[in-house]
Amino acid sequence: MNEHGGRDAGERSLGIVEKKFFTFAEPPDEMPLESGARLGPITLAYETYGRLNEKRDNAVMVCHALSGGSHVAGYYSDEDKKPGWWDKMVGPGKGIDTDKYFIICSNIIGSCYGSTGPASINPATGKPYGLSFPLFTVADIVRAQKALLDHLEIPELLSLVGGSIGGMQALEWAVTYPGMVRSAVPISSTCKRSALGIGLSEAQRQAIMADPNWNGGDYYDRRHPNKGLALARIIGHITYLSEASMQRKFGRKLQENSAFKFDFSTDFEVESYLLYQGKKFVERFDANSYLYITKCSDYFDLGAQKGGGSLVKAFSQTEAKFLVISFSSDWLYTTAQSKEMVKAMKKAGRDVSFCEIDVDYGHDSFLLAYEQLTRLISGFLGRISDEGAARPTRSS
Amino acid sequence: MRFDLQIIASLVEENSRVLDMGCGRGDLLEYLQAAKNVKGFGIEIDEREVIECVEKGLSVIQGDLNEETAGYADQTFDYVILSQTLQQVFDSEKVIKEMLRVGKRGIVSFPCFSHVAIKWQFLLTSKAPMTRELPYPWYDTPNIRVITLKDFRQFCREQGIRILKEIAISSHHRDESGKIVKFLPDWLAKYGIFLITKE
Repeated sequence: MNEHGGRDAGERSLGIVEKKFFTFAEPPDEMPLESGARLGPITLAYETYGRLNEKRDNAVMVCHALSGGSHVAGYYSDEDKKPGWWDKMVGPGKGIDTDKYFIICSNIIGSCYGSTGPASINPATGKPYGLSFPLFTVADIVRAQKALLDHLEIPELLSLVGGSIGGMQALEWAVTYPGMVRSAVPISSTCKRSALGIGLSEAQRQAIMADPNWNGGDYYDRRHPNKGLALARIIGHITYLSEASMQRKFGRKLQENSAFKFDFSTDFEVESYLLYQGKKFVERFDANSYLYITKCSDYFDLGAQKGGGSLVKAFSQTEAKFLVISFSSDWLYTTAQSKEMVKAMKKAGRDVSFCEIDVDYGHDSFLLAYEQLTRLISGFLGRISDEGAARPTRSS
Repeated sequence: MRFDLQIIASLVEENSRVLDMGCGRGDLLEYLQAAKNVKGFGIEIDEREVIECVEKGLSVIQGDLNEETAGYADQTFDYVILSQTLQQVFDSEKVIKEMLRVGKRGIVSFPCFSHVAIKWQFLLTSKAPMTRELPYPWYDTPNIRVITLKDFRQFCREQGIRILKEIAISSHHRDESGKIVKFLPDWLAKYGIFLITKE
């Protein structure tokens, strides 16, 4: 391994990074949630890369999606084989350049990669929360992230960048903490999920809850609902692809044999691929977290929650500049939804750029279309950074 | 920068807000931002050109210019530029109305169809003229409108649009140099550039 930890020859990586933890909202000062419930203590797992500059104005927050975590880039050890989930995007000289920016990513509340979630031990009972964990919203995720920034003494964000549910967080940040957010980059995201999206979300939750091992969410000391979670992942995974990308990858290719088996074991390659994806996923994700986070994304409705029913009003509350990106083949978070958001931003007088990248990878494109994403995001962040340098210095 | 774009830039006041409809790779906006400290916005349909614009630090919306102005409030911009695009849009009247709704002033440029070379060609060959400015055959051209300076003046009169400035130029399509045509512009101009307003 070279000095940059580069397993990929020729590509610079961050090298070794470290997961850190921050705990707050200790009882009796629990964090109030949008539902009225309270949650505390809350631990957030987070990672930071690059250096915070003297003016403390080069911080970029990366917001992860459903099954991501704080581990955006780099490796945890020399033996670690897999880098973080957006290593191609975040690192020295990359789209989100760690030589220029201070990057922060925290695992969202309710997840299972080190932050407090349904699998965590409830200190009040000494047992895992399970379904006693309160339901939360994107606004609650963001409030917890704000507490982390306060702890790190970061007064403002140069930008927030996130795909899918990560994009929702970026949007929520921009309208909730307008004084702190200079720009946001929602990628294949939406201001509210469609009925199609909610329906598919619910199908995945039903798959988990139909597994007898789910046991009302109380399974941490016994067999986990692996079949249900794997099925949820299979459904989800299909929604992240597109007809064209599946056709190209699998077509009607058969597994092993060149003839049908005439039974219900796997015939087609696409079947065995999806089963494998499901199986792999249960090793790394908690079924209850899946329920909570998908529900959280279904609840998101920025116009209703932040603009009294008007998306334009919601975006009138911020001065943040936006770069909105969608993908032509994404049928889960469609270009039409991104355009609706762009239209409201324009009406609200916001400075917004929009690009629809023409690729056929579906919703997963934000983890694949690196060439275009890199150029767009590095160009946009560069502008926001330059405009910041031209500002009068903060009085504080 | 192209000669016609230099003329357009000369019509824009410093520190203004400018929307370029069909901004391409953003050369004009980039120049205006650097030279006149304007705040530039663009609409462009081509993904690759949009990416180039964002790389240049411009605000640009990917989309169809017939649709993308709809989101802007009235009089959002000081200038809206429609550079060498009018001859390619289907609903020309609507596009010009929209530009003067979202902008206080419009700058429209188009290849002038009454140039003497076009007149002669048509007269002598009885075929749809093809020139360096309009180089496509009739069956495969993005230029679906033929416009002359007189046509545009008449259109403005009928629509209640005031022409604040009219500049006829003669330059080749990609040339950086050219000249302003003062003598017989309806015969000798290759491009017309109009500064218009509804005010």
